[in-house]
Amino acid sequence: MSAVSIHSLHKHYPGVHALNNVDLTIPQGEFFGLLGPNGAGKTTLISVMAGLTRATSGEVSVMGFDVVKQYRQARQHLGVVPQEVVFDPFFTVGEMLRIQSGYFGLGRSNRAWIEELLETLHLTSKMNTRMRALSGGMKRRVLIAQALVHRPAVLVLDEPTAGVDVELRKILWQFTTKLHQEGHTIILTTHYLEEAEALCNQIAIINQGEVVALDSKQGLLARNPYRMLRVTVSEAPEKLPERLVPLLHEQKDTDFTFRLHRKDDPIADVLHALRHAGVEIMDLHIGEPTLESVFLTLTE
Amino acid sequence: MNLYGLYTLFSKEVWRFLRVSTQTLGAPAITALLFLVVFAQAMETRVTVLEGISYQVFLVPGLIMMSMIQNAFANSSSSLLQSKMNGSLVFLLLAPLSAIELYLAYVSAAIVRGFLVGMVIYVVAWLFIDIGIAHLLWVLLFAVFSSAVLGALGLMVGVLATRIEQVAGFQNFIILPMSFLSGVFYSIYSLPPFWQAVSKINPFFYMVDGFRYSFFQQSDVSPGLSLLWVFVFFTLLSAASLHILKHGYKMRN
Repeated sequence: MSAVSIHSLHKHYPGVHALNNVDLTIPQGEFFGLLGPNGAGKTTLISVMAGLTRATSGEVSVMGFDVVKQYRQARQHLGVVPQEVVFDPFFTVGEMLRIQSGYFGLGRSNRAWIEELLETLHLTSKMNTRMRALSGGMKRRVLIAQALVHRPAVLVLDEPTAGVDVELRKILWQFTTKLHQEGHTIILTTHYLEEAEALCNQIAIINQGEVVALDSKQGLLARNPYRMLRVTVSEAPEKLPERLVPLLHEQKDTDFTFRLHRKDDPIADVLHALRHAGVEIMDLHIGEPTLESVFLTLTE
Repeated sequence: MNLYGLYTLFSKEVWRFLRVSTQTLGAPAITALLFLVVFAQAMETRVTVLEGISYQVFLVPGLIMMSMIQNAFANSSSSLLQSKMNGSLVFLLLAPLSAIELYLAYVSAAIVRGFLVGMVIYVVAWLFIDIGIAHLLWVLLFAVFSSAVLGALGLMVGVLATRIEQVAGFQNFIILPMSFLSGVFYSIYSLPPFWQAVSKINPFFYMVDGFRYSFFQQSDVSPGLSLLWVFVFFTLLSAASLHILKHGYKMRN
């Protein structure tokens, strides 16, 4: 059984086809990245999954439960950290968590887990603080605790690190990695491609409401067979060896950057050609393909 | 049925208004008592509405009911609108709560607020005015179901409204005039025939009139008829608000 299963999903808004025939299966235990430019349909997809938005047509299930027909079971298995920092100003952190736990039918028996969550997210000292008095980063931690309060098998994080400082981002990365190791399925949408590259095993790229790529991280990276070789030389030659001219991507003073095909253009050949032309090599830097370059190719 | 979830939402809604009890219980009680003092002072010697009952005493049940229905409406409408405005409604929408559970929690909390406001006004009035209750069961039936009608209406308005002004407008231009024109300060038989007919299509008239019967055993129309109308409005508004919640209109979009 997959953690999330999406079949022929369509969502129309007036004048916008926000999701266009989306088919996606996310296996259990996956750290899944959902990438796409602004307005691509990521949040709409998550909203349909969570029951926050009704699909125009198609089916979505979470842990085998249909999100419309079996919404109670589906929601019991799903935790969502919303993109925006939202909170109820009337209540304290501890009260918010107990209320959220209660909505899921969990009473006193869940208090130990709430305390554990508060401790893990460094919120214990803020338990009796009203939500409005917390910093933005602290509020975001509470959102994560709220999403986990009913111990869902699947956790969706909708751009959790947008606008947070480096320290909090690091804590969130560590925390989500730990949850993944404990067996949770994590679905992450993010604008930070290095974040997806560092954390996710499987990645789907959405553009204009359609899934334009669904692959493992390695598979996606392999879609860009080029790497960049920057060579710093002691003195720029008057004329570059003829064989290297088509490979030259950029030149700045004594820095030459070559775009090399992983299979057809061995680095050794470039270095040999430069030495043969009497060029003294001072430094080298190899830039491997990034998710960003693949992302840009697929979404431009 | 997610009974614990329902209970949690109900408790949260009750705590929400108790946290600001000066505003949610104190202020309406003061307003009602000011009406009582001012109107009673100005009209006491000039008006007799029901035989054997002073105008001051006559006013009390109507003012209690008027405050109950206004506050029951305010409770569910403001809570829903605020949670929509600050985005915290998402926590509720993510939870495994059905439309009926949401409805019961919001309407029950509205009943509690209406009831508490009514209790406060009654107790304070009772300290200064000799006013007894003739039929406690009728008092409870009218208090609970009238608050429930307005709780359900507030729920609908809270769901459908997108701006604070819309709820305030509904309150100021519909709830307030209708509650003032429901016979709180007079018997409808003191009005010309046309306005008597108009009063009889005002749901609040039956709430006030039936509630007043519970105190004095005197009313403009039969208390059974009043209770029947309250049930009819309760059924209609409950069905409409459940329909809206079930379809997620203006919520799950």
